This record gives sequence, C-alpha cells and structure tokens, in this order.
Amino acid sequence: MQFLWAFIIGGLICVIGQILMDVVKLTPAHTMSTLVVSGAVADGFGLYEPLVKFAGAGASVPITSFGNSLVHGALTELGRDGWIGVVTGIFEVTSAGISSAIIFSFLAALFVRPKG
Amino acid sequence: MSGSNQKPKSDITTMSSAEYQAIAKKHEPPRAIFKNCFRAFLVGGLICLIGQCIQKFFMSVFHMSTTEASNPTVAVLIILSVILTSFGVYDKIAQWAGAGSAVPVTGFANSMCSAALEHRAEGLVLGVGASMFKLAGSVIVFGTVAAFIIGIIYAIFGIEGR
Repeated sequence: MQFLWAFIIGGLICVIGQILMDVVKLTPAHTMSTLVVSGAVADGFGLYEPLVKFAGAGASVPITSFGNSLVHGALTELGRDGWIGVVTGIFEVTSAGISSAIIFSFLAALFVRPKG
Repeated sequence: MSGSNQKPKSDITTMSSAEYQAIAKKHEPPRAIFKNCFRAFLVGGLICLIGQCIQKFFMSVFHMSTTEASNPTVAVLIILSVILTSFGVYDKIAQWAGAGSAVPVTGFANSMCSAALEHRAEGLVLGVGASMFKLAGSVIVFGTVAAFIIGIIYAIFGIEGR
C-alpha cells in the first residue's frame, strides 16, 4: 500500500513544482529553493515527519525532504548539545546525499566525455 | 551572418520596450499546463516508486529501520542519476518530464553532474570544482539558512529539539 502512496505523494510534490514553474513562472532554481524552504518550514511545524511515515519514499525522495533533513539535524543536535547544535547539526543527516552527489559527479567528470 | 533574419522595417527599431513585450507575449506559445503537470506527476511518482523499492530492499535484506534505510536509498538514487546523466539519458527524460525529474533528489544530482561535465574543459579546479554547485548551490544555501532560522526560533522559545 505504501508503494501506491509513494507514487501519488511523490507525483503530487512534482506537480506543485511544475505549477510553480508554469503558472507562477519561477525559474527552476527559484522553484527548487522554494520547495526546499517549504520542506524546512514544514518540518519546523512538525508536519513533514508524519508525511514521511505515511508516504515513505514519496516524501523522502523529493527535494523538500532535503530541507526537512537540514532542520531535523539542527533540531536533534539542539536538543543534545544546546545552542551550538543548531550550527553543527545542520548537515548531520544530509551528509550522505551531498557527499555522494559531489563524489560521483566528480568521478563522472573525470571519466566521462559529455554527451547530449 | 548575412542578415537574412534582420527585417528592414523601420518600426521595429523605434518600438518601445513595452510595445515589444506586448507583441512578444501575443506570439508566445501557450504553455500546456495540464499536460506538463500530468507528465511531472507520472515521472515524479515513478522516481519515488523506484526509491520506495530500493528502500524496501535495504530494509528487508540488511534489516534496517525506515530512517536508517533512507540514507543509502538516496545514495543509490544519486548514483543512478549520475550514470544516466553521464550517458545523456537524464537530460532527455528531463525535457519530457519537466519538474517530474527535477524535483526528486535525482534532479539535484543531475544538476551537479551536468554542471561538472559541462565545465570539465575549463580544468578540474576552475571548471569542475568551481562550477559544480552553480545550480545546486541555491538549494543548499536557502535550505541551510532556513534550517538555521528555524533552529534559532526553537532555541529562543526554549522548545526542546528532537
């Protein structure tokens, strides 16, 4: 059942992105930034985690979950280490995504001739 | 540059920019919003479905919890996206799907990988290193600033972190 909800919720978040681009006429960069900030604010109100529980990868794969993870890391370390945790914890959870994107993009640039 | 598309009409040079905008707007093709949204829904949903399958795989094979499995899932999706971008496939999908392929985390990896490939000719440091975050940078900057502000609000109001 979660597979169906992953498809529907993931698809709907992408439709929101498409509407921001086509109707509000934002550039792709503005659209992505808006979605990331919305994800961060949603987690600030504690709304994103229930969505992840409900839709699984449908909520954790779109870029909104990036904002959610940034806030999550900051709040976890805020609870553990106090004030300084807000700064030290921001990239705690997202490290896997950012690091692997940097590493594999760099390897691709080393070994691949651009196509298309 | 034989000037074949330069019209000798004089009114195009004297036209004010507001008039030009009005005429350009009239000839702009209407965006097929419904069709674009349908495509975005289909492709975005499919990418999330693939993510769900990978997550299920990690959960059942390596006995991870949902939270533990989400990091390797994102990493696998990013590898797939980088491979598809390297072969020029992802950009073809992106042309058809619009936001459907840009909004998932694979689009984030695609923007970094294609920037790295595109600027490879300018060298490893000045090209790949400096340009990789040209598109993805705004996402990271605004995400980080938003997370910082929210963290500070939590700290000020003394709400316990999670």
